[in-house]
Amino acid sequence: MSKIKNTIEQINNDGKKALSVFLTSGFPTIDKFLYNTNRIIEAGADLIELGMPFSDPLADGGVIQQSSQIALQNGITQKQTFQFAEQIRKCNNTPLILMGYANTIMQYGKEQFEQDAINAGVDGLIIPDVPLEEFDDFFSSFSDKLDKVLLTTPTSDNDRIITLDNKSTGFLYCVSVSGTTGVRSGFDDKIIENLKSTYQIVNNNKMLVGFGISKPENIKQLSPFADGFIVGSAIIKSLQNESIDETINLIKSLKHACEV
Amino acid sequence: MEQQTMYNQPSTAGKFGEFGGRFVPETLMSALHELEETYNSVKSDPDFLAELNDLQKNYNGRETPLTFANRLTDHYGKGKIYLKREDLNHTGAHKMNNTLGQILLAKRLGKTRIIAETGAGQHGVATATVCAKFGLECTVYMGEVDIERQEMNVFRMKMLGAKVVPVTSGSKTLKDATNEAIRDWVTNVENTHYIIGSVVGPHPYPMIVRDFQSIIGEETKTQINNFEGRNPDYIIACVGGGSNAIGIFYPFINNPEVKLIGIEAGGYGIDTDKHCATLTLGRPGVFQGMNTYLLQDKDGQISEVHSISAGLDYPGVGPEHSLLKDLNRVQYSSITDDEALDAALQLSRLEGILPALESSHALAHLKYLMPNTNKDDIVVINLSGRGDKDLNTFINKIKF
Repeated sequence: MSKIKNTIEQINNDGKKALSVFLTSGFPTIDKFLYNTNRIIEAGADLIELGMPFSDPLADGGVIQQSSQIALQNGITQKQTFQFAEQIRKCNNTPLILMGYANTIMQYGKEQFEQDAINAGVDGLIIPDVPLEEFDDFFSSFSDKLDKVLLTTPTSDNDRIITLDNKSTGFLYCVSVSGTTGVRSGFDDKIIENLKSTYQIVNNNKMLVGFGISKPENIKQLSPFADGFIVGSAIIKSLQNESIDETINLIKSLKHACEV
Repeated sequence: MEQQTMYNQPSTAGKFGEFGGRFVPETLMSALHELEETYNSVKSDPDFLAELNDLQKNYNGRETPLTFANRLTDHYGKGKIYLKREDLNHTGAHKMNNTLGQILLAKRLGKTRIIAETGAGQHGVATATVCAKFGLECTVYMGEVDIERQEMNVFRMKMLGAKVVPVTSGSKTLKDATNEAIRDWVTNVENTHYIIGSVVGPHPYPMIVRDFQSIIGEETKTQINNFEGRNPDYIIACVGGGSNAIGIFYPFINNPEVKLIGIEAGGYGIDTDKHCATLTLGRPGVFQGMNTYLLQDKDGQISEVHSISAGLDYPGVGPEHSLLKDLNRVQYSSITDDEALDAALQLSRLEGILPALESSHALAHLKYLMPNTNKDDIVVINLSGRGDKDLNTFINKIKF
């Protein structure tokens, strides 16, 4: 069984929600990255999404775009990202998911990419520019050793959500709002209604909600309609502007909201 | 037998051979399906076609002439050179062929807001123009570098009522403007139609833009047959994203006697890292919704590219060109900034036509092609736009 799915299930069985944290590989610096990541895991991240920086990240808002740019300027390479994964895996058993764009995998070589990811202890992939329509073709050479997480959005109709749910492994990533990643002021009734209806349709997978989750209040508000939450831009912003201790406090407060 | 060899692309999945596809976030998939369905239902609808034809004729000024370039022909003393005069479209370039078609699609889709990306500003102006004509809100994304070198087009867009958003990420040119436009679309997809300006991006855009631009090649075919009683031997067009080139090539793809030549921007030279010769030096990858040839580093990070011509300054290329390259149906080569400038001056002096810097790349290829032609060969150049927009660059680069 999928380690990712298993982890989320166990947390849910304890009456809690899972907290998945997105971190851009090699950001804010190559040196700080591992230390920060390990502290974030200690502070309560249940899953880590390791962002593979790409020069043209279409699905990302300003904060993650900028962090990718900085990581690339720091000299991050895909080989180094696999090394980070391996080192994180050595210290603990938290599920690791690589998140990034199709071209990174293509240029690395699909078979080599899968092999190196498995060897590094990676558990799954989230590739937002490989939608359902391209999925079978793109991943045709892949085994099922790595979970492939699909995304559902407010523009996905019910039939499509069912197909996405059937195809996705690990969990189903529910994008709360139409748009790119990034902090938002809040969630209106329409968004809540949509989440509620999506959550009812999704049966095959655990559903984690992401995009615009930045503070404990968001988690409290959306808790009835999710098995867990994904936080990205808020953490990246904090890592860029504040000390790591502030970031750890943010993680702890989000974790607390997941446990209430 | 004949049937089997006929070129018929893309597949229903939007693939041109291995190229093309729909590599976009899930949020956009429903809009892409809706666009494809709407397009498929209107493309043979007599009412839609009548409305489009009326606009092409009475608003855009089509058909555009095919001009025999007698002095340019005499200059080389070899084959006959004709110019397909896309510079005479309303607003000064072939871009209107596409924006007129797409604004009618946007109306059918019930969208109230239009977004576009622009490099040289010609597509931005063409989009702002049709939005003014149809009373739709218009936002154009444009890189800061391009805003500077194409300032007259920025002012034109503003006069036409469009909002021009400067893009400061990456190389601050066409690629980055396209990223921002896609991000806007992901956010506002419910009320917004994205008018892509070239044969790039996710399916069905490369197909739709090609079909709307094919009027260039269809007219050319009729005109050259009226003048000469046969198809041309060579057709030359510049390739950035590749819409003017596909527009003139497409109706001739199943005529193997017509040699098709695509000219990319060689910048400072293809032995430097300052060029946009994507098909000449790139390799396949996924970028901005499509699988196509790209200029990129070994990790797949997209390269910062250079051309004197803002409209060619792009690290990717339409996926159909990638297929046509691999099929060897089109020959692609490149022309440097300096060669393009020389060609612009040459056409101005010999024919009284001031060409756009983009089109000047196609013109510059004549010096390589013409010595190898015979007196009875016929060469058609797609003169995709006029050079008024490039006066700033000309003033800086040409000394009298």
